[in-house]
Amino acid sequence: MKPREVIRIAWEAIIKNTIRSILTMLGVIIGVAAVIIMIAISAGTEATIQDQITSLGSNLVFLRSSFSRGGPGQQGPSGGLVFDDATAIAEGVNGVKAVVVEQGSTQSIKVGNVTLDDLSILGSTPDFPSVRDMDIAQGRYFTQSEVDRTQKVVVLGYSLAQELFGETDPIGQTVTVGTLKMIVIGVLDEKGLVGDIDYDARLYMPIKVVFQKFTNSRFARFRGDRVRLIYVELEEDVELEDVILQIQLLISKRHELPLEEADFTVTTQQDIISTQESTTAAFRSLLAWVAGVSLIVGGIGIMNIMLVSVTERTREIGIRQSVGATPEDIRMQFLTEALLLSIFGGLIGIMVGIGGAYIFGAASGMRTVVVPSSILLAFFSAAIVGVFFGYYPANKAAQLDPIEALRYE
Amino acid sequence: MAKQSIIETVDITKVYGMGDISVAALAGVSIQIYSGEFVAIMGPSGSGKSTLLHILGCLSRPTKGKYILDGENVSHLDKRQLASIRNRKLGFIFQSYNLLPRTSALGNVTLPLLYDRNQEHKMDEMEEKALVMLELVGLADRTHHQPQELSGGQQQRVAIARALVNDPVMIIADEPTGNLDSNSGEEIMALLHKLHKNGVTIVMVTHDPEIAAHTQRIILLRDGLVEQVVKNGKKKRRR
Ligand SMILES: Nc1ncnc2c1ncn2[C@@H]1O[C@H](COP(=O)(O)OP(=O)(O)OP(=O)(O)O)[C@@H](O)[C@H]1O
Ligand SMILES: [Mg+2]
Repeated sequence: MKPREVIRIAWEAIIKNTIRSILTMLGVIIGVAAVIIMIAISAGTEATIQDQITSLGSNLVFLRSSFSRGGPGQQGPSGGLVFDDATAIAEGVNGVKAVVVEQGSTQSIKVGNVTLDDLSILGSTPDFPSVRDMDIAQGRYFTQSEVDRTQKVVVLGYSLAQELFGETDPIGQTVTVGTLKMIVIGVLDEKGLVGDIDYDARLYMPIKVVFQKFTNSRFARFRGDRVRLIYVELEEDVELEDVILQIQLLISKRHELPLEEADFTVTTQQDIISTQESTTAAFRSLLAWVAGVSLIVGGIGIMNIMLVSVTERTREIGIRQSVGATPEDIRMQFLTEALLLSIFGGLIGIMVGIGGAYIFGAASGMRTVVVPSSILLAFFSAAIVGVFFGYYPANKAAQLDPIEALRYE
Repeated sequence: MAKQSIIETVDITKVYGMGDISVAALAGVSIQIYSGEFVAIMGPSGSGKSTLLHILGCLSRPTKGKYILDGENVSHLDKRQLASIRNRKLGFIFQSYNLLPRTSALGNVTLPLLYDRNQEHKMDEMEEKALVMLELVGLADRTHHQPQELSGGQQQRVAIARALVNDPVMIIADEPTGNLDSNSGEEIMALLHKLHKNGVTIVMVTHDPEIAAHTQRIILLRDGLVEQVVKNGKKKRRR
């Protein structure tokens, strides 16, 4: 029989049994949609992480306190990084373009009769905008001398400025942070959400002000203000390894520790990307397993309903055999039916999957990215599942004895 | 004129089951049927009529013995080859019509042509041929009706059209009037006689002596053996 005829007959069998066909497809629809949605979620997560990492700025090296020797509570030289280490790196290492230290806090702020509670404030060093790729919309960021002299100046995030001052020019206005009156000297340009941090809704000020006024100072002062993290931005064409070694030697010397016992670790942006990639890869393969299992369940659904279908249509099979259908013809017909069902199920599943990914993204606030290759993957898996699980029922149909099939009631 | 043999069986047996509980449905049947003949097979229930017809119709194989159909020994062909013989050489009429449900008369009649692997038929050619057959059985105005929209007699006529569409060497009918009232039954018999006049070979199982009497020859089976072969001379027609 010509393939076209085989397909036509299979197609007719499908539309003559609408309900059964839909039930058969259901498993595949769910399986395919699951594959697409799960991959969309994992791709969305990956993209978010990538964005977060690159939005930190480029060519960055991170120094983190680590308490491998002694532990955090212990007195003495091995207490991790302190604020002055950052200054030392900026001054003493070649190839360093900028160094930033951050210290966050939460305070209530007040302008006129507007009060905002629990506002996120960020103390930093002057290079923050350049390292974080942020532009100044109005006024300026604070300078090193303002940091050193703990000047009470603030820079507003874009939307915060809008909220507090609206149309009025915020520059030169007074903001009360906690109990401290501070002068607005600048407004940052829009940056938007990075991860779950809204850069536009924060208040920026010299880090030393935060150390002095807004952090618990109990631990702060045996060798300077402790910091957890120092960002170092490098010059364009420097040897990364070389600069890292310089930093390690310098800090070890400052902390009076041998290099092997350093109380800090150095991570490059590339390191972070690779770690993230390996975790997202693990996440993705987990999702792939889940999706794969749901496809197999869909396949078993096909097999079940095809088996019922073969039994129900025993007489039809007998009739076809009596007019000359060979076992191959019968097998082919049922296989084609299974294949068509899984292809249609696959197509519907693709639509459900794409729609579902958007709806899920909108409803959960998670980012979802529909990956084109996941559509192909889901579709071909569905087709393979259809043929694989359709084979057994099709073969059963082909093996029927014509006389018994004709006699079947 | 030498009669051309369409069917020749030599000592055919058919044994169902095995060991102690085996049943010999056929215990050595040798018959011959010639081209253009109209033959009835009769016998009490369980005598092996359907079993013989299934073997003649290449729906099953004899346990032992030789079966030559249209000059070809088909005793040892496999399922696939038997399917091809059924498709090219035979047409079936069943007591219960056996039409595909939810399929038009035209679709049912086209069916054998779809499975013809020797000739590539175009769809419109197939339908044209099917239409000719439906006209022949007097159903030109019912081509798009589905079986459930047709009377028993009409359904059986669709089945006859289907049996004829592939120009078979022989039509095999198992109690074709068994499910029909006497009027429809007579119509079907009239149709079969018309086909016979046009040269179609017909082998038919029937329980009705009246119907059998109108054929050319009656093969009487009893306990899986040919008990008697009766030639129906025109004078022998009773009533
Ligand atoms: N599939 C089978 N398995 C076992 N025994 C069978 C099978 N088919 C038929 N038989 C037996 O073979 C014998 C002949 O059966 P068959 O159907 O040929 O009779 P029949 O002459 O057509 O009877 P009826 O007039 O009732 O249709 C019976 O004894 C029957 O029980
Ligand atoms: Mg019978």
